[in-house]
Amino acid sequence: MNWFSWLSTFFTDPDRLHGPDSIGNRVSEHLILTGEALGLAILLAVPLGLLLGYTGRAAGLVTALTGAARALPTLGLVTLAVLVAGVGDTAVLVPLVALAAPVLLVAACEGVRGTDPDLRDAARGIGLTHPQVLWQVCVPWALPALLAGLRTAAVQVIATATVAAYVGLGGLGRYVVDGLATKDFPQTLGGALLVVLLAVATQLIFAALNRFALPAGLRRR
Amino acid sequence: MDGEPLVRWPWIGDHLGYLWGLLLDHAVISLVPVLIGLALALPLGLLCTRFPRLYQPLAAVFNVVYALPSLAVFVVLIPYTGLATQATVMIPLTCYALAVLLPTTVDGLRAVPEPVRQAATALGYGPWRRLAAVELPSAVPYLMAGLRVAAVSSISLASVGALVGRGGLGYLFIDGFQRTFPTPIVAGIVLVAVLALATDAVLLLARRLLAPWAVRESAVGR
Repeated sequence: MNWFSWLSTFFTDPDRLHGPDSIGNRVSEHLILTGEALGLAILLAVPLGLLLGYTGRAAGLVTALTGAARALPTLGLVTLAVLVAGVGDTAVLVPLVALAAPVLLVAACEGVRGTDPDLRDAARGIGLTHPQVLWQVCVPWALPALLAGLRTAAVQVIATATVAAYVGLGGLGRYVVDGLATKDFPQTLGGALLVVLLAVATQLIFAALNRFALPAGLRRR
Repeated sequence: MDGEPLVRWPWIGDHLGYLWGLLLDHAVISLVPVLIGLALALPLGLLCTRFPRLYQPLAAVFNVVYALPSLAVFVVLIPYTGLATQATVMIPLTCYALAVLLPTTVDGLRAVPEPVRQAATALGYGPWRRLAAVELPSAVPYLMAGLRVAAVSSISLASVGALVGRGGLGYLFIDGFQRTFPTPIVAGIVLVAVLALATDAVLLLARRLLAPWAVRESAVGR
């Protein structure tokens, strides 16, 4: 029943330093899976969201779809995908993308839609074409919303990628699932702590990005 | 999965009672935490509007809480609450609900325009009557928006609890996966989605009844 002795058991185990079960390897597996899922979700959702937000079409539909997508349980999607498609990255990527894409879609759509209409009119007035207005006015304006969406999506995917271990893939969930299966609580707790640290670190990175990566004119917001 | 159909209907027909039991269990472990979260968020949110300095640190804490992966939290609690108990799943879900509801409560209570508050005071309302008659009703649309997010995510998160032995409908995912039998998984996904969407619809209806003036959805977008 002692948390700290469990954690020290976990972190001092020689298996945690080298080899396939080492912390470095599991963290990199976790990050690669998360990165792939986020990358795919960005490619799919952000351009569509920007376009829908700019034209103002289907915004209600986007919100409704996102609500519906949030209702889907990822653990169910992962297990079903593995039974249908077999163990592999694809089986886990599909549910993870399904988790992240709606968040990004709404962030992009609402971000662009929230652009000050006067600003858009002014940009049109000085002769910018529609693509230029979208790219030079609406996208910078939507950046804070996009970053917030990306942060939510990243944290959710990091948390949920843990589930990948349940269907036999790697990543930090390996520790949690293997530990649970063998009643090896030091391992389970160590894995859980690492996932928490990764999620919190991601939050902090995005908080920093939000402060420093934005055009000066937007920082006041 | 050789030639196995995605859904074998007879299995569903034979297990209706079982599925109903899991659905009820799921509703309890996912929705009771949202109610507890609301019961905590209201006084806490009130405290935060009266003592604004309290809000920043609390908001920071709950922002971190919201980022904690559910499975990790379930696991961390096991030594204290035991494997496969309701508490192991419901305590984290309560924290998530609170993390969503506290900011919406504070936003809602702060959304009352200053002239309205002054008008209430001028009519002779004391702080408590103003709270009950003016501030709380104005916060209802915000609260309802927060409740919808909290309830839907709680319902879908609760199924992860199945990995630590108590997940209501989530158990169907584990069961189906271990037996390489997709029917329970499909049934589980559909039932979780139906429960989430039905809860969402009820909350939407409640908002229309409680705050008929707030028709525009995006007025409170979150």
